[in-house]
Order: sequence, then C-alpha cells, then structure tokens
Amino acid sequence: MPPSNDVLVTMYRKMVLMRRFEEKAGQAYGQKKIQGFCHLYTGQEAVAVGAIEALRPDDYMMTGYRDHAHPLARGAHPGMIMAELFAKNSGYSKGKGGSMHLFDVEHHWYGGYGIVGGQIPLAAGMAFASKYRNEDRVTVCSFGEAAANQGSFHETLNMAAKWKLPVIYVCENNRYGMGTEVTRVSAQPAMHKRAVGYSMRGEAFDGMDAIASWETFRDAAEYCRKGNGPVLLEAMTYRFRGHSMSDAATYRTKEEVEEAKTKNDPIPRLREVLLKKKIATAAQLDAIDEQQKHICEEAVAFADAAPETGLDELYTDMYVEPGEADVRPRERVLGATDVKWPSYPSGQELKVTWELEPPPVHPRAQKKGAA
Amino acid sequence: MATLSYREALNQALAEEMERDANVFLMGEEVARYNGAYKVSQGLLEKFGSARVVDTPISELGFAGLGVGAAMVGLRPVIEMMTWNFAILAMDQIVNNAAKIRHMSGGQLRCPIVVRGASGAGGRLSSQHSQCLEAGYVNIPGLKVVAPATPADAKGLLKASIRDDNPVCFFEAELLYGEKGEVPEGEHLVEIGKADVKRAGTDVTLITYSRMLTWTVLPAAEELAKQGISAEVVDLRTLRPLDVETILASVNKTNRVVIVEEAWPHASVGTDVVDLIQREAFDALDAPIGRVTGLDVNMAYAAALEAATQPSVQRVLAAVNQVLYR
Repeated sequence: MPPSNDVLVTMYRKMVLMRRFEEKAGQAYGQKKIQGFCHLYTGQEAVAVGAIEALRPDDYMMTGYRDHAHPLARGAHPGMIMAELFAKNSGYSKGKGGSMHLFDVEHHWYGGYGIVGGQIPLAAGMAFASKYRNEDRVTVCSFGEAAANQGSFHETLNMAAKWKLPVIYVCENNRYGMGTEVTRVSAQPAMHKRAVGYSMRGEAFDGMDAIASWETFRDAAEYCRKGNGPVLLEAMTYRFRGHSMSDAATYRTKEEVEEAKTKNDPIPRLREVLLKKKIATAAQLDAIDEQQKHICEEAVAFADAAPETGLDELYTDMYVEPGEADVRPRERVLGATDVKWPSYPSGQELKVTWELEPPPVHPRAQKKGAA
Repeated sequence: MATLSYREALNQALAEEMERDANVFLMGEEVARYNGAYKVSQGLLEKFGSARVVDTPISELGFAGLGVGAAMVGLRPVIEMMTWNFAILAMDQIVNNAAKIRHMSGGQLRCPIVVRGASGAGGRLSSQHSQCLEAGYVNIPGLKVVAPATPADAKGLLKASIRDDNPVCFFEAELLYGEKGEVPEGEHLVEIGKADVKRAGTDVTLITYSRMLTWTVLPAAEELAKQGISAEVVDLRTLRPLDVETILASVNKTNRVVIVEEAWPHASVGTDVVDLIQREAFDALDAPIGRVTGLDVNMAYAAALEAATQPSVQRVLAAVNQVLYR
C-alpha cells in the first residue's frame, strides 16, 4: 500500500522543517550560540520521516547523537529543541543534555545517546517492557552503520530475535563512521545481511526516497506488531555535511558530495513526485517551504530569548527523591496544561501473561521416560 | 526471628518484592532453570514464570542495557551479574546510561534498576575472579552502591534497592552466601544510606563493610576485648551515599580509627572515608587513621599467596595497636 496523499505532503513538510532547522543550527554553531559537538541530519531526512509517519505516535523511538531532526518531526516544540542546543533553561533538558541528548518523552522520543551503539540494548529493553505488559507497541531504534560493529549491536540482536521483541533496528548507513568509510573496517558492509546471523528479518532500502522509507517501515511495523519478532533495516543514505560541525570532511571528494546533493537529495525527489502526480502545486509547496523557514526563525528567536539555566539547577535531576514526579518539559517551560505523560500499570494491576520460554523438560527425566 | 543464610535472605527479598510488584523481574545468566549460579534465585522461575525470571545469553553489556531500557519505561529490573568481575563488560550501560538518563533528559526519565551480583574473593579463583570493584561505581554520581554483610541487611537492603527509583549497584560477597544469621520476620526493610554500629565500643572505631565485617573485623574486636580494648564496629552497608553522621559520631566517641576493606588500597571506599574523617573530625583524632586493605597485587591462585593478599585478624590487630600507640 503506497502512502496517502496526505502522508506524502506531511513527509515533504517535515523534511523541509528538518532541513531548515539544521541549517539554522549550523548557522548558530558558527555564531558560537551552540558549542561542543553538533551533528547535523542534513541529507538523511527521508529515513526519519518515513519511520515517524509509518509508525504510531505512541510507538517508542530513539537514536544516537545525530538527534535533532527525529523529535522535531515527532512533534516536539522547535524552539525548545533549539533552546536545548543553545544550552538554555527552556530546552528539553534545561540545557543539561545539549545537541547529543534530546529527549521528548511526551512524544515518546527516548533520546539521543553519545556512546556509539549504546542505545541499541535500551531499545530491546523498551520492547521487552511492551511485550511484558502485553502492549502492541513497537520500538524503533536508529543508529549509524559504524554502530553495527559494536558488541552492543550483536549482543542485542541475538536477544531481541531469540525473545521475538517488537523492535525495528534501523541502521542509517551514511557510509562514513566519522571519517572512516564503512567498507574499510567492515568485513560485511551490507549491514542488513548481518540479520541472517540472528535468524531475523533484514532488508535494505533507498534511504533517500521518503516513499520507500515509509513503505519499508510500515511493513516492518506490521510484522513486529503481529509478534513476529524484530527487524533489521538498513537505510542507504548520505549525509551532506561533515560528521559533526568540526569535521572538514576531507576523507571524501567534493564531487561525491555534490553528486549526492544534486541527484539524490530526498526533498527535491519527493517534491518532484508531488508535482508529477499533481498532489500539490509548486505554489503550495513553496508556501510550505516558506512556513517551515518561518517556524525555524521563530525557534531561533525563542532560544535567543530563553533564560540561561541557573546554578540552582546544578544538582537537580541527579537522584529521584521519594515521591518526586518526572519533569514534563512543555509544562515546565510553556505552562502547557495538555501534556499527556506516559503512565504504567501498578505492580498490583499488572498481570504478566507472556511465556518467554516453554516450561523446562528435564533432560534426565526425559531419558528415564524413554527407558 | 528466623535463621537464614545470606543467599536465602536474598532469595526471600526477591520473592517478596516480585510478589508485591509485578513490574519487578529478574534477569541474568543461569538465574532461571539453573536456579542461579549461587542459588540466590532458587525456585523463582517456578513461582513467577519465564518472563519474570529470565535466563540470558552471556552478554553482560546487552542484558544490562536491556534492563536500563525496561526501567526507563516503567519496569523494575533486577539484573544479576554472576559476578561483578563480568560486569566490567556492562559498565558502559551502567555508567553512561543508567547513571545519566535522568540528568540527560532533564528529569523526564528515571531508571529504577538494581544490578546485583557476587563480589570479592571466592576461594582459589585467581585474579580475574577475585576482585572488589565497588569503588569504580562509588565514583559515579547518579548511582547508589550497597554492600550488605549480614543476612538481615542483605534482605532489607535488597528490598529497599528494588523499591528505590534510582539505579542501585548491589554488591554481594561470594564467600558470604552460605553464612547464616537472624533475619526479622515479616516486612523487613533497611534504609539505603544508613550505616550500622554492629558492636558498641569506646577505645577505637573499626569501619568496614561486606565480608570483612563477619570474617575479620568482628573476630578482631572479640580478640581486642580479651585484651581489654573496647572496639566499636561500624558497618557502612551503603557505600554511596556514605552515612556521614554515623561515621563521625563514632570517631568523635573513640578518637581512633582503623578502616578495613577487602579491596585494593588506592582510590577505594576506605580512602574516601579517610578523606571524610580528616575534613570533618580532624580535631577528634588522637592518631593517624589506620588502614587494612587487600594488598596492592593481583590475586594469586596459590593458597598461601591468596591468604596473604587479604586482610586478616592479625593485620587488624596490628593496625589497632598502631593507632593506640601500643
């Protein structure tokens, strides 16, 4: 089933939003409003948007440190993301996390993680919890191709497959782990083929094609939700910028980058489809472009105007005191009263019916019976 | 009061908490069908089923991280490390994720996980299987670290750790599992962060935790009593956060201190306690603080070398004599 026209336009809008947002983040980095590490998602938008539009809003999602764009497309407040990058108190984590650690739990966005592949086991745990509570929720966990060489990847895929956990692992293969081209350090650089080693479903798709991305995620989500176990997807994608803002990207040719930008940019590719199929007019799409630009300008203005985090926050959020509630960012920052926060069944309400393994048949007892 | 072994006390704590709260599950190597490498989880699979008592592959990093993820969305995992030696492989998940998730998320998430397992010498197990690695975790803000010495404390502290909304590293001593002691009947909780004076005294304070309490320090105190010296024994029980009040109260009472720990001497829990006392009770001290630790070498397999590496009653007595200028 192809995506509806509405979905196609939404994906276009969100990809433009991500692109403009990252441009603003790049500019702000140059102005030293953003410091430290800052990894832009530019070029890879079709992967995130396909996942987000194909999955349910209450499905769990997370990624590594290239993590501004995903929560943005999930519905996070653009100004509050920018404020986090600007290290302001109005940021999602009060400026404690920064670029690499964006969390928006209200939108089931479970974060950005700075240790390569460190989020992979977490996603299995979240999927484990869904199965434990008999929910039909799916977890989507993104990581780069370099993370597929970490032990966490192999250890987790084995468990996820063995226990049929409802988790989609998506390897966003942008070909370079920092400056190292994937083929230089990988005996099997086609990462989706590694699924075979864990008897799980694995497939690759064109990660520069939003429609292919959406279709692939929709199928994978359906497969997971039915209880068939995990899926390993490999999105063949490309980042148009360096690994981080401090990367001059001398390890690849200008021609290679130019070719990807001119021939394979996911945004013009989807725009072309929308025009060709007469789903939207050029004027309508231009209006969308203009609107996203405006949203991102406002995000910067919001972050510029936001207060610094005071030293009174230095020791907060370290330990949960008895009875202490979780911090709801939109409520804290904007005074929002419509925040829907996740709630879980109490230990008395919860009935665990999942049988992870069949009851054991003692090998010695079996032998006796046979004799 | 019932007399229970340390392992039975831990088993009771697990069974009671799993009964009380279906969000609690136990995961680790050999915990289910094998009933635990040290039989701490005896009978739990039968009682709670295979989703709540989960045998894992030998993938410490993987299943520790799985536990952290489950804890982030409302479950209360107890992750058994067969021994803390193997948990080194999982340290990334404990330090980089469990200890930081609340902070990185600006208070949006919490991580109520217990990572527990055997620690210390096990008896002729050589260097890779005889380590006390708790100081590495005590160093990490965001974690709590607990190391009970008696069956009663083991039960009460494990129950409190499971109910705690923060990540707790729970160090059991491999050589204590068979040790017996009285455990209060019914609901028995021991608050995290509270030390316990295991023996009252007036002449010298012996500060210790875990196996050194019953194997070394209490026997030494007994011997000192015979010599007319009244030793007060403080069992730290929780290593992070330290119970500053109880430690200082004892130091102010006896004015002389010996710290006894099985771990290596450098950058250890003991050095932390020395630092605390010299800052907060310098004027109370009548002698430099004495220390008895595991020697600064790798543990050997040979029995004589193994014994010499660990603190002994004799070494404690010698240290006490030194702080008493005897």
